[in-house]
Amino acid sequence: MNIAVCVKHIPDPNLPGELDGQRLKREGVQGTLDPGDEFGVETALQLKQAHEGEVTLVSMGPPQALEGIRRGLSMGADKGVLVSDDSLQGADALITARVLAAAIKRTDFDLVIAGVESTDGYTGTMPSTLAELLGVPQLTFTNAIEATGDALKVHRQTVDGYQVVECSLPALITVTAGVNEPRYASFKGIMAAKKKPVEELSVADLGLSADDVKVAQNIVDISQAEERKAGEVIEDDGSGAAKIADYLKEAKVI
Amino acid sequence: MDLDLSQEQRDFVRVMRGFVDDAIRPNAERWDEEHALPMDAVKQMAELGLFGLPFPEEYGGSGADFLTLCLAIEEIAKVDSSLAITLEAAVGLGAMPVYRFGTDEQRAKWLPPLATGDALAGFGLTEPGGGSDAGATRTTARLEDGEWLVNGSKSFITNSGTDITSFVTVTALTGSEDDRKEISAIIVPTGTEGFDVGKGYRKMGWWHSDTHELSFNDCRVPQGNLLGERGQGFKNFLKILDDGRIAIAALAVGLAQGCVDESIRYAQERSAFGRAIGSFQGLQFKIADMAMKTELARQAYYRAAWLKEKNRPYKKEAAMAKLYASEIAVDVARDAVQVHGGYGYIEEFPVCRHFRDSKILEIGEGTSEVMRILIARELGLPEA
Repeated sequence: MNIAVCVKHIPDPNLPGELDGQRLKREGVQGTLDPGDEFGVETALQLKQAHEGEVTLVSMGPPQALEGIRRGLSMGADKGVLVSDDSLQGADALITARVLAAAIKRTDFDLVIAGVESTDGYTGTMPSTLAELLGVPQLTFTNAIEATGDALKVHRQTVDGYQVVECSLPALITVTAGVNEPRYASFKGIMAAKKKPVEELSVADLGLSADDVKVAQNIVDISQAEERKAGEVIEDDGSGAAKIADYLKEAKVI
Repeated sequence: MDLDLSQEQRDFVRVMRGFVDDAIRPNAERWDEEHALPMDAVKQMAELGLFGLPFPEEYGGSGADFLTLCLAIEEIAKVDSSLAITLEAAVGLGAMPVYRFGTDEQRAKWLPPLATGDALAGFGLTEPGGGSDAGATRTTARLEDGEWLVNGSKSFITNSGTDITSFVTVTALTGSEDDRKEISAIIVPTGTEGFDVGKGYRKMGWWHSDTHELSFNDCRVPQGNLLGERGQGFKNFLKILDDGRIAIAALAVGLAQGCVDESIRYAQERSAFGRAIGSFQGLQFKIADMAMKTELARQAYYRAAWLKEKNRPYKKEAAMAKLYASEIAVDVARDAVQVHGGYGYIEEFPVCRHFRDSKILEIGEGTSEVMRILIARELGLPEA
């Protein structure tokens, strides 16, 4: 089974983000492979162990996005594709999907894996758009994946449990954080990654036109996210348990 | 001049930080209270390939350089000195003598399980009557019917009593010539009749590292277990200790850096007289000094490791790095406890454990006094 995994190199989410105009500053800041994408890479590596095939990491970003690909390669992926082009600066989720679709179509894929959403932009719309552009079924929010020959059986996480869904391949899945425990790259893996092929492509290499990558989205305004509110303290006057139960019901946890 | 780590080393350090944060930091205090080497953690370290870092891939290793091993030791020591010394001793003292002085046959037999971390080995030099004093060696090995008959005892031997310990290499008197004692190194496998492992020591620090006193009573091992040339045992072990000193310096730097990090965090969180204590110049000066000493010690061990990698003389630099790093580690740990005030004296705060763990660094693998003697000799001063 050949698997393409979408990976994104993002500003380190553990450091305070900086703004560049109305966009997140990406140049000259400490970057990292999106932690959400490590689950996708691990999923692909586990499927590969069971079903053979190749794992290709596909990324769009500035040249330093190579670091994110290298991280995935050192975990054990086989090769990488990086689409890097000045014209892609400020690309929105739609353009990203278009570019990744064009890059993935060039590979012989049975399955595409993406995280549910990126840990920087958080739009969460890219994977679904990508599946549409590739013309393959999409199974989102999966947290257990089983492949059987040319079909896939997954658990889709829902608010109150999970659905068991099957589909044929090729397909696209998004994996939730916690679907597995991503492996650590060993030093041997890091050294091996140096020798693995990474294809670097421009927009023109993909056969896309300037219009295809023209940003249609317009950011009107940005503002600081609301501070997380302090927790609610319930004084136990004998009705504490009931109050907590009510709260959990309201949150639809029980 | 290039003072940068390689891209691969930097990537590896990032992986190590993630591993230490996830797998070690949350458990270090509990493991220490349990006073036992956590074999689950050893297994996780093995899966990461740490025990085989400097050995070639044909023996199950990673083919990394010596500095990369030191970087791993430093990262672990920031949080957990017991596990850091477990790794340092396993690779530097347990496996390295076999790799450096073993025959192809010995390497093929003993090295692969050590490199993969499926087994651990000990290094038995120190005896109840002495360590760096070769002449004080009392353990004997006599050839008898094609076997070595080993008798004697060894002290403070790390990784010698775990469930996966496969052997201990011991130095023993194998004869004497013209009043010169002939000391050789011999591999004694775990389970050999007459090889007894004493119960773990009650130590000031390194509570969850595995350290035992060993005794050998008419232990018979095959003649082929002689490691390196007959009569070269002590000399070869001293070479092993030169490398070990760089690794101990890395461990000391890790401990000191852990103390600096904890102190910065605490000084920002804790307030007194209406302001963060980190805003008081008295504390700022203290923490600035702690960070400076740590950084200088790091440069010292980087350089010693670099000299070794370049096949240039590094004995003096290794001794200086070990001496300086271990002494500043004790200073920095003591100052970190001071920064923490009363909380620094209780086990819930890591600096308390770091302080207990620091003192041994001035003693193990050659005391500070022995380091100064070595440096003086390298400077050309006459032997006593």
